[in-house]
Amino acid sequence: MPTKVSSTLKILEERAAITQAVRSFFIARSFLEVETPIRIPAPAPETHIEPQKSEGWFLQTSPELCMKRLLASGCNNIFQICKCFRKGERGRLHLPEMTMLEWYRTNADYQQLMHDCENLLRFLIPNQNLVLGNKTINLNGPWLRITIDAAFKQFARMSLETALSTDSFEEILVVDVEPKLGINTPVFLIDYPAEMASLARLNPITPQTAQRFELYIDGIELANGFSELNDPVEQRLRFEKEREVIHSAGRSAGPMPENFLNDLGAMPDSAGIALGLDRLVMLLTNSQCIDQVVTFTPETV
Amino acid sequence: MYNASDLKKGLKLEIDGEPYVVTEFTFSKPGKGQALYRTKMRNMVNGNMFDRTYRSNDKFKKAELLERAMQFLYSQGDEYIFMDNQNYEQISVSREQLGDDLNFMIDNMDVQILLFQGRTIGVTLPNSVNLRVIQADPWAKGDTTGNDSKPVTLETGFVIQVPPFVNQGDLIQVDTRTGSYMTRVKE
Repeated sequence: MPTKVSSTLKILEERAAITQAVRSFFIARSFLEVETPIRIPAPAPETHIEPQKSEGWFLQTSPELCMKRLLASGCNNIFQICKCFRKGERGRLHLPEMTMLEWYRTNADYQQLMHDCENLLRFLIPNQNLVLGNKTINLNGPWLRITIDAAFKQFARMSLETALSTDSFEEILVVDVEPKLGINTPVFLIDYPAEMASLARLNPITPQTAQRFELYIDGIELANGFSELNDPVEQRLRFEKEREVIHSAGRSAGPMPENFLNDLGAMPDSAGIALGLDRLVMLLTNSQCIDQVVTFTPETV
Repeated sequence: MYNASDLKKGLKLEIDGEPYVVTEFTFSKPGKGQALYRTKMRNMVNGNMFDRTYRSNDKFKKAELLERAMQFLYSQGDEYIFMDNQNYEQISVSREQLGDDLNFMIDNMDVQILLFQGRTIGVTLPNSVNLRVIQADPWAKGDTTGNDSKPVTLETGFVIQVPPFVNQGDLIQVDTRTGSYMTRVKE
């Protein structure tokens, strides 16, 4: 008796169709499909994302750095569907090996990426009604854009400032805010605090926030996008800060991604976004758990 | 020591000198933020439930629980007396600690006594036990109410739903984990 795969044949067929539809969406809009190396010498240092080591190099946690180097070398709009690896992430919505859809636009900012998300979902769901459990999420009409600050005011037991200063941002976000997001229509949570900018550009008028957003549907975070920082000096400072935090947590940070920093100055103003393809398939197939949309999980492979 | 990534349903931890079992577990991680390991736990001594959230760097003690094979001898008021079949040592466990397990316990039954730091904190019963039906209403022929089960009383005093063909005096097999009827035992 062979081990039962995680998903049903029906979901595997739907998954294949969704992947092909995503490809045709981007190809029809003149995006170039690219493949960058999965095993890399230096990932972006990020405090809360732990890469998996591979013979002294690392499995990518995201194709971000290589894709930006492609923009720096003259590519315009590009997309990629690839595997990413993040150590220790396992839950209803998490797999340590997942499939990412990532796309970049040159001469664009995060607003344009939000429009892309709207157009992509509307393209994938021709009748504009996403059925989840016993409710329906309508994709017509404008999708709400709400700043993190406003979302905390509306849904959380404490303000964003208090949450940040008491190191309870994630807990309040997960417990109070996320379950309220994207219930009737998808929602963009926008303008993250500057300390969570990561590789994002800060807002020119309100530099305490970054031009970063996350897309939520039915309380599930589906995508993370931002206007890209292309100042190599500022980016190096942020990486050094992240590396200090990683070291103080007792982990070893990988080497500084020097090739990326070297190319970053040549990258035109751009915006990029990562969308979890497994979660997208979950939503489109009305599945309750990420295990249901992949062939094997770490426990069964 | 356990790390946060070891957390899962059923894990037994020691917190402030008390044993706890994880009854629910959720992993969450907002994009680029730190991972949260949200748990619901039950205190294995007093049964109290509580919520606790851990972070990646948190570490905690494994609850060192021992199981000891013993036989249930008899009850005396609110005390239940068990004996170790190897060395004949006897211990007593309170009605409170046995809780719902009492519904399935009969004299001379083999059980596992669960110990934490030398203290008895409960028993682990076999997954199923055979119990005698001591009271059952006969199933009236031609009953057209459409009921496919009826309540009967077992020798432990426990009332259970069974199929209509089970009679007073029958021996039935009961699932101790769910408290549900499994089958009638042929004698």
